[in-house]
Amino acid sequence: MFLFTFLEAAVANLGIGTLGAALGAGLAAIGAGLGIGKIGSYAMEAIARQPEAANDIRMTMIIASALIEGACLFAIVVCFLAL
Amino acid sequence: MNHKFKIIACLLSILLFWGTPLQAEDIDAKQMVFSHIGDSYGWHITTWGETHITVPLPVIVISKTEGFNVFLSSKLEEGETYNNFKIAEEGKYAGKVVEVTPSGELVRPVDLSITKNALALILNSIILISIIMFVAKWYKKQPVSAPKGFVGAMEMFIMDVHDSIIKPSVGKGYEKYAPYLLTAFFFIFINNVMGLIPIFPAGANTTGNIAITMVLALCTFFVVNITGTKEYWKEILWPDVPVWMKVPIPLMPIIEIFGIFTKPFALMIRLFANITAGHAIIISLTSLIFITVAMGPAVNTGMTVLSVVLSIFMNCVELLVAYIQAYVFTMLSSIFIGLSQVEKHKVEAY
Repeated sequence: MFLFTFLEAAVANLGIGTLGAALGAGLAAIGAGLGIGKIGSYAMEAIARQPEAANDIRMTMIIASALIEGACLFAIVVCFLAL
Repeated sequence: MNHKFKIIACLLSILLFWGTPLQAEDIDAKQMVFSHIGDSYGWHITTWGETHITVPLPVIVISKTEGFNVFLSSKLEEGETYNNFKIAEEGKYAGKVVEVTPSGELVRPVDLSITKNALALILNSIILISIIMFVAKWYKKQPVSAPKGFVGAMEMFIMDVHDSIIKPSVGKGYEKYAPYLLTAFFFIFINNVMGLIPIFPAGANTTGNIAITMVLALCTFFVVNITGTKEYWKEILWPDVPVWMKVPIPLMPIIEIFGIFTKPFALMIRLFANITAGHAIIISLTSLIFITVAMGPAVNTGMTVLSVVLSIFMNCVELLVAYIQAYVFTMLSSIFIGLSQVEKHKVEAY
């Protein structure tokens, strides 16, 4: 009920495109956070198991995070276009 | 320590209760962000009260009726028209130079202007070339001694990129591709870092311009596919999979051909979106101060402190992102080049 009144007000003032863009950007941030969080946690576990490999693991973690962020930024670019 | 805290608390509370009427202008944050991220004909530095302080840049247009025209962008400021040319306000060509034909139509001429991004590209390339040539000349003069200072730091940097990114990822024959990959890395790194410095002549968002990242991705695309071995092309067009995936409908070849295009496309979008998003965040945080001006001095002071702290943090993150994006672009390009140098697999006889 409240959701409908809220949506109607949003459409009247800003248009549903802006609402969609903002929601999309938030969801993309959640996706990036989840993915990179998992990578970070496994990397820390791996370093705890074998501290000598810390440098290799750190570099691999950064590369994997950059790739995940690339995917999430596809979504952000689409949100910018819809803003 | 306790004494310093008391002084800071006193100063803050003075600001809080000092009820000066603050001017509230309408701040359009979205327009501010997009004008900083995007390209423009003149290089706008600041606005002092009512006057815009802009560095005028040459606008070079070739039109069918007027011919070759060169003039400064200051003639087109504030929507003026010069020689039938003006900057279109809205519509298809919003923000670009159009020619007003006698019938009132807006036609887009051939536009070779030196815009803000073009000038920034030229400046950054000059900086990059002078740094590298300086380092190279040092080695020519002293071929056997070990460098110190700036040349030593550059050697560490260049050799680190060469030994840990290019050599392992490209594999055999990496010497041929090292010049291109090193150039790509340092070009992207210097452009990213110069985009973070807010003072003229730095501060233009070059790597956040999708045309520039597209050219970089196209360079990788051409290097990978033109120097690909015959075995590489065979694995794309006639891969080693069951016959039904190739013969009536070439499923696997179509997927592989898509792959040739999506990999550089991802390179382009990754760099563009990372750098643009970073700049947008920093400008939004800074504009928080101006948006909260109308809400009174208490809220404004709080938001100013918060904005300054967050801006410093975001700038540090953006510095890291500048290095990481250059690293990831170079590493992925080297991996693609390494994958394209595939040799024929020898089937072992059991």
